[in-house]
Amino acid sequence: MGQTFSEKALGRKAGKRVRAGDVITVAPDYYLSHDNSSAIIGEFRKLGLKKVVAPEKIVIVLDHIVPAADEKYAQNHKTIREFVAEQGIPNFFDIDAGVCHQVFSEASFALPGSVIMGSDSHTTTYGAFGAFSAGIGRTEMASLWATDEIWLRVPETLRIEFSGRLSPGVYAKDVILKIIGDNGADRANYEAVEFVGPAARDFSLASRMVLANMAAEMGAKNGYFEADDKTLEWLRARAKADYEIVMSDPDATYEAVLKYDISTIEPQIACPHAVDNVKPVTAVDGKPFHQALIGTCTNGRFEDLAIAAKILKGKKIHPRVRALILPASREVYLEALKKGLIEIFVEARCVIVNPGCGPCLGAHEGILAPGEVVVSTSNRNFKGRMGGRDSEIYLASPATVAASALEGKITDPRKYL
Amino acid sequence: MSKGKVWKYGDDVNTDVIYAGKYTYQQMRPEEMASHALEDLDPEFAKDVRPGDVIVAGKNFGCGSSREQAAACLRAAGVQAVVAKSFARIYFRNAINLGLPVLQSEEASKNLKSGDDVEIDFGGGKIISGEKVFKFPPLPDSVIGILEAGGLLEWTKKKLERAK
Ligand code: SF4
Repeated sequence: MGQTFSEKALGRKAGKRVRAGDVITVAPDYYLSHDNSSAIIGEFRKLGLKKVVAPEKIVIVLDHIVPAADEKYAQNHKTIREFVAEQGIPNFFDIDAGVCHQVFSEASFALPGSVIMGSDSHTTTYGAFGAFSAGIGRTEMASLWATDEIWLRVPETLRIEFSGRLSPGVYAKDVILKIIGDNGADRANYEAVEFVGPAARDFSLASRMVLANMAAEMGAKNGYFEADDKTLEWLRARAKADYEIVMSDPDATYEAVLKYDISTIEPQIACPHAVDNVKPVTAVDGKPFHQALIGTCTNGRFEDLAIAAKILKGKKIHPRVRALILPASREVYLEALKKGLIEIFVEARCVIVNPGCGPCLGAHEGILAPGEVVVSTSNRNFKGRMGGRDSEIYLASPATVAASALEGKITDPRKYL
Repeated sequence: MSKGKVWKYGDDVNTDVIYAGKYTYQQMRPEEMASHALEDLDPEFAKDVRPGDVIVAGKNFGCGSSREQAAACLRAAGVQAVVAKSFARIYFRNAINLGLPVLQSEEASKNLKSGDDVEIDFGGGKIISGEKVFKFPPLPDSVIGILEAGGLLEWTKKKLERAK
């Protein structure tokens, strides 16, 4: 019987043939943490060890509250910098780099067939590059630093086959929102989600990252796209280590197969306060709001900013709306700057914030007051996530958010094409 | 095998009702954490729970945030195990790593009621309540090792000592 990608990738690490449901112990290729590294350092110290086992496998990106918003966060960052120096951790990215999942991908730690653990729930993102990557807790990250080993249950796999072509004004974000809305926020709990089919290959890497990132919002352990020419092209200039492409066998066993003809999908929006509360944008068309956010690890890449800039070019955002642009990384920011996007945004009256998580987790840079509404390209709309407990978060594509920002109310982007 | 009583809850018990967000950034002793366990779901729980009691719930237990205290507070309250139809992924891991057994059994989830007497045979993969016996897939050895050590940090400490 054939094996799924996840069975193969984890089996290679475990040094034996494994099946869904097996619990194995592996040494991952890399482990990622961010501002929460200071809490992990605290747990690590409890183990009474002087040195981490494999400093070269640790990747730390400061991104959650950068630059530090207050003294407490500043102390967190300081603790981390000191630990990095003390332990000789080579892969440290300070407050200038961007949001961890983008930085990790740009630096090419996300290689096909590799196994990556991150103490962040959206670690699923690296499935876009054909890697096995999953989120873990802080205690286990501390233990990983101490032992270079972690237990994992080999997941069952949900396969999602795409056919057709996206209609104009519809993007990867609309596709994943549609899937989550149709199937529920726990549909893929503890499972791997494979995105396959001809239309999966049509997605750019940036779009694949949107889908793999939000697989976490279906409860998935990891997301996955087959590495193909686009992946190899991305890696050609960046990969610093060897890798081997791992793919599911044709006769692998799946928990279920879902089929989506993406040409039938229209722009989607997740309404408060659950990511699976998804409707077509037309169902909430005209809803006024206060803040627009374009960016984050979900939709802050160049292609996202370019879509928004195309809609905003030569126009002004609605006077009642504040629009924040949050490039996912310094690399993205620089490209947007060189290609004139930043000028378009500033002329349209947008505020550019430092690459990182920005207001996505409600800690700084654009918190909502009670009763305010944000339309955002991020991935979570839980109650109170971006500010007051009775503020509201709508999640949509960069095109929808840009079009809405112009009108001051939720707007179908197709009228701006 | 220790005995206890069942506390029965429904589907999608989220980490917010198990351990409220407002406490997550406060340092608390285990007894204090236990006193807030399930506060927003069942205010009686923290008052009346006894060591060895078992929580039985429906699907997707522990969904929501990845806060580890949502597992730690139940363990501190003396809960012997949580039995559910299914667990949210990160909760499952956190529970094991903090020494709280999490057992999957659709039958037990369906049939057990609040107040039932219950015993758990971890090695044999059985939940026993009077005449009724429900099976659960036994936990793998590596996971049992972590539970027996009292959680991942303790387990890691032992492992490091052995390596010395
Ligand atoms: S941008 Fe938001 S979702 Fe992404 S890592 Fe940061 S806080 Fe998490």
